[in-house]
Amino acid sequence: MSRIGVFTCWCGENIARTVDVDEVAKQVGELPGVVCSLNYKYMCSDPGQGIVREKIASERLDGIVVASCSPHMHLKTFRKAAQTAGLNPYLVEMANVREQCSWVHHDCGAATSKAIDIIRMSVEKVRNDRALAPISVPVTRRAMVIGGGVAGIQAALDIADAGYEVVMVEREPSIGGKMAGLSETFPTLDCSQCILTPRMVDVGQHPRIKLYSYSEVESVEGFIGNFKVKIRQKPRYVDMSKCTGCGDCWNSCPIKKNPSEFDYGMGNRPAIFIPFPQAVPARPVIDKINCTRLKRGKGCEICAKKCKAGAIDFNDQEKFVEENVGAVVVATGYTLYSISKEQDKKSLSGYGEYGYGKYKDVIDSLQFERLVSASGPTNGVLKRPSDGAIPKHVVFIACVGSRDNAKGVAYCSKICCMYTAKHTMLYKHKVHDGQAHVFYMDIRSGGKGYDEFVRRAIEQDGANYYRGRVSKISQENGKLIVRGADTLAGMPITVEADLVVLASAMRPAPGIEELAQKLNVGYDEHGFLMESHPKLRPVETNTAGVFIAGAVHAPKDIPESVAQASAAASKVQITLAADHLFREPEVAGVSEATCAACYTCVRACAYHAIDRAEVRTGRGVFVKHTARVNPGLCMGCGTCVSVCPSKSIELQGFTEQQIYAMVESMA
Amino acid sequence: MNIGYYPGCALHGSSNDYDQSLKACLGALGVSLQEVKDWICCGATAAHSLNHKLAMALPARNLALAERDGFKQVFAPCPLCSMQLLKVRQAVADDGLRQELSQIVEAELRGDAEVLNLIQLFQNIGEERLKTAVQQPLESMTAACYYGCLLLRPPDVVKFDDCEQPKSMETLLAALGAKTVEWSYQTECCGAGMTMASEDTVLELASKILTNAVEHGANCVVVACPMCHVNLDMKQAAVERKYGKQLNLAVYYLSDVVGLALGLSGEQLGIDRHFVTPAPTSAKTAVAGDPGAKH
Amino acid sequence: MEPSGAITHSARIESLAGSTIANCYQCGKCTAGCPVASRMDLVPNQLIRLLQLGRDDLALNTASIWACVSCLTCSARCPKQVDCAAVLDALREFSLREGKVSPAARTVVAFQRAFLDNIKRNGRLNELELIARFKLDVLLRTRQLAFLFKDAGLAPQLMSRKKLHLVSERARDLEVVGRIYARCAPSFHPSDCKEGNRREPQPSPAEASVEAVAK
Repeated sequence: MSRIGVFTCWCGENIARTVDVDEVAKQVGELPGVVCSLNYKYMCSDPGQGIVREKIASERLDGIVVASCSPHMHLKTFRKAAQTAGLNPYLVEMANVREQCSWVHHDCGAATSKAIDIIRMSVEKVRNDRALAPISVPVTRRAMVIGGGVAGIQAALDIADAGYEVVMVEREPSIGGKMAGLSETFPTLDCSQCILTPRMVDVGQHPRIKLYSYSEVESVEGFIGNFKVKIRQKPRYVDMSKCTGCGDCWNSCPIKKNPSEFDYGMGNRPAIFIPFPQAVPARPVIDKINCTRLKRGKGCEICAKKCKAGAIDFNDQEKFVEENVGAVVVATGYTLYSISKEQDKKSLSGYGEYGYGKYKDVIDSLQFERLVSASGPTNGVLKRPSDGAIPKHVVFIACVGSRDNAKGVAYCSKICCMYTAKHTMLYKHKVHDGQAHVFYMDIRSGGKGYDEFVRRAIEQDGANYYRGRVSKISQENGKLIVRGADTLAGMPITVEADLVVLASAMRPAPGIEELAQKLNVGYDEHGFLMESHPKLRPVETNTAGVFIAGAVHAPKDIPESVAQASAAASKVQITLAADHLFREPEVAGVSEATCAACYTCVRACAYHAIDRAEVRTGRGVFVKHTARVNPGLCMGCGTCVSVCPSKSIELQGFTEQQIYAMVESMA
Repeated sequence: MNIGYYPGCALHGSSNDYDQSLKACLGALGVSLQEVKDWICCGATAAHSLNHKLAMALPARNLALAERDGFKQVFAPCPLCSMQLLKVRQAVADDGLRQELSQIVEAELRGDAEVLNLIQLFQNIGEERLKTAVQQPLESMTAACYYGCLLLRPPDVVKFDDCEQPKSMETLLAALGAKTVEWSYQTECCGAGMTMASEDTVLELASKILTNAVEHGANCVVVACPMCHVNLDMKQAAVERKYGKQLNLAVYYLSDVVGLALGLSGEQLGIDRHFVTPAPTSAKTAVAGDPGAKH
Repeated sequence: MEPSGAITHSARIESLAGSTIANCYQCGKCTAGCPVASRMDLVPNQLIRLLQLGRDDLALNTASIWACVSCLTCSARCPKQVDCAAVLDALREFSLREGKVSPAARTVVAFQRAFLDNIKRNGRLNELELIARFKLDVLLRTRQLAFLFKDAGLAPQLMSRKKLHLVSERARDLEVVGRIYARCAPSFHPSDCKEGNRREPQPSPAEASVEAVAK
């Protein structure tokens, strides 16, 4: 025999203005099984909750309905209240008479009737609820960070310093990401490597950080607290356990002129190389495409001959390792939109009018960073690529690829206004008689000290800013002619440039879509990973246990990437806080006796939460095949319930019996 | 090949040297051109500037006539004509418009005939076929391939080559043994139909184009448009006078270049009717730098 | 400029051009790539801006729209896919309809009108007739005799190259051409649009002339 309590809330006047709460309480009190029905001004308040608890005890209630707002608001509140009073929290239902009734109707009479109907259904639901217990899932208290740029480094250090083991996977030979290649950073003009390399060393030496460099994530299985990640270690052809990083090999390699990836083609590197001197790990890798010995299978081997540690291993193979972790942070960073015609997406087409590939002295912003970087291919002297001359007029073009529905991406890349101003300052500081010209559409400088930084570039360092895009770059009389416009003055502006720097759009690093699919994380049409909620859950994804940080989420600068990384680390620590995690028990369950093992549910489940399993006797004798829900992964969406031909799956808290009871109560 | 030929007003008017060049060159390749019967002007610049309906109707009639004549392909050597035809062809995917235009132009318009420009015509003939037909490789030619505007724009209408860094003409010329230059004015406008209406504009634009070609080492310019030819060839003397330059740059139609490689003579191709002509006109010396027989 | 209550952009220009003017964010790339921008009183992005502000009147009477060479570079490079060239076409058409042609542009307009008239009469262009009519037009307006003889030196050069046709061909279906012109004469309707105009064509012999168009 049910003893149900119904508590109708006024919600101030949000509900009471439209719904006659007294009438509701009176009528609902007469429903079969309802032994207690009252209304109160603010059910969710302390006194309100107190009433609920008090009535549960005094009326010996075995189920309650709170008729108030959306369960998104206060279901947790009332479940806690019930639990405190000794009632199983899953014997609590909320009837939404606010968002779905009082807030959307004007006719008080009809709204009151509707409220009563809604509550009637909830009473039927709670009558058929079963007491449930949260599902406990064991947690592997280790984390993985994919990506070793500044965001990945920050997250890894935070998690490791908090006492957890971190596995970091970085696909380049060294960690450091894009920041390691920058010259100076805004708004402080700090030397980028100077502030980053200590962190890189920390990661490399941290007792709790296991670094897999030159490696990629091959596959991911499992769920929050229980991820099994397979990592593919690419062959370096160098034995890391023997190599001392002395440099004899790369100094003696005869194949010297390969365009350096780290320098974005602005400089060269040998076939066996370390990407930059401060690399972590400071161990070389052999480029198998250009190395004579690896290309032909024989010959050369000068590096092996020079190596006193005998660390060169031409027979190196890729290796696979498995790591178990409880949480994953994705911090794979960005790449720049390529200005050339070859693109990986049909919606992008490059900028032929800017002379991609044609003019050596038209470069992008990362290439410029390397040219002005003290440790760059020209040792910080700004020499232009074509002839090494020092440019006296440099044109910086903003918004290349960004804010462009026709050829590029529609979004703004956020950092270019700031780094362009920075570039003009770095240029002026190096070439005192040089003139910087910037073609811009808007100046986006919203951070702390940012606008002042841009004004400094204009007012103190003499950069010329023209408000307008550039239409074409030609070559006339041996000079680059940049044709732009100034819309403020209403005229075309032509500048003779010695060097042109394109502030190219920020895009997520290549391969992000494949990685996201491995992790079962959503991404948008640009490849940026999707956060759970843009305001309230910016570092979580809709896949429990997978978090995001840095430019993989959206274009952002270093301060934001670092902040987001620490935020992700804190979420990881919450996840790893105990040996067990609790999940809501409103999950699906298979009645294995009736299951026909057709596996339609397995195929239908978007969360891969249903396994093909076997029913065996106590002694292990096989009885039958069955489907089995993994309560750790199930998200309670109910798709399996709707496709099962034998009605062998039920969703706890939303059983068929309950739904029919609710429907019939309206008949 | 059953190709309809839509010459357009220029080729029947003062650009009849282009017409001669085409017929000689294509004739040597065994391509016969049959004129679309009763064709009329496509409307040129005047129609789209003054009357949008007429701008659709005039090319629509010509497309309908070509289809009525049973042509599956229509070759229009003037890019303004070919672009207008393509525009109409694209627009009549909307059946309502198609029917309305058919009524206005008093001819049933289906919109299925393919429209080709000169470069596409040669591409259809095929690079391999052209290569084997070459009698005199154009070894002394270093050409600046000049596309102008309407071969490539609007890109979503003409859908031809790359509208910023085109390569189709250069590829053809390479097959003929000629060298081409990388230069910056491939797709810059010459002033088009403003030759009479605003000569100053044309002279300024033509001057920039010719100067850039010379700067980049070209000894001739190759075009596939009659208006471009007029502005760069006929007006070259005026450019030289106004800007005090010495250009001496021969301007060839693409069909001239192909024809010369096939072994045809300058006279056959009508090159002797250009304003800037080197002499003698033959493949071996198909270059400028030599004002030669300037009439 | 008077402050107005609601600033609405020019729907009629937008409609004729078949392009959404509101999309333009005034980046200036059209102006930057326009080969004749330095000859214009108002540059392309300014024209679009005026239309965004509903000030057609300030755009229609500019010399800019007639300095345009229709190279289509602006439309091809616009990052917001605004068909700037079509907008200028629409401005030209409306400026003629409403008699707002800039005095500085009369020569160019005279040429275009002469051209269109020539086609109406001949079906195909009669170059001699066009040149004659155009020069006469300009002469009558500017009274500059020199214009009549400008490029006269070209005539013998064209003749010797057999490029000048004293007797020009005419298209055969001239009546059809005449009827086509009649059907395309502007019966002005605010919802006139470039493509997909579903109204029945109105052949109206009464207003059958190009003069109606050109005025």
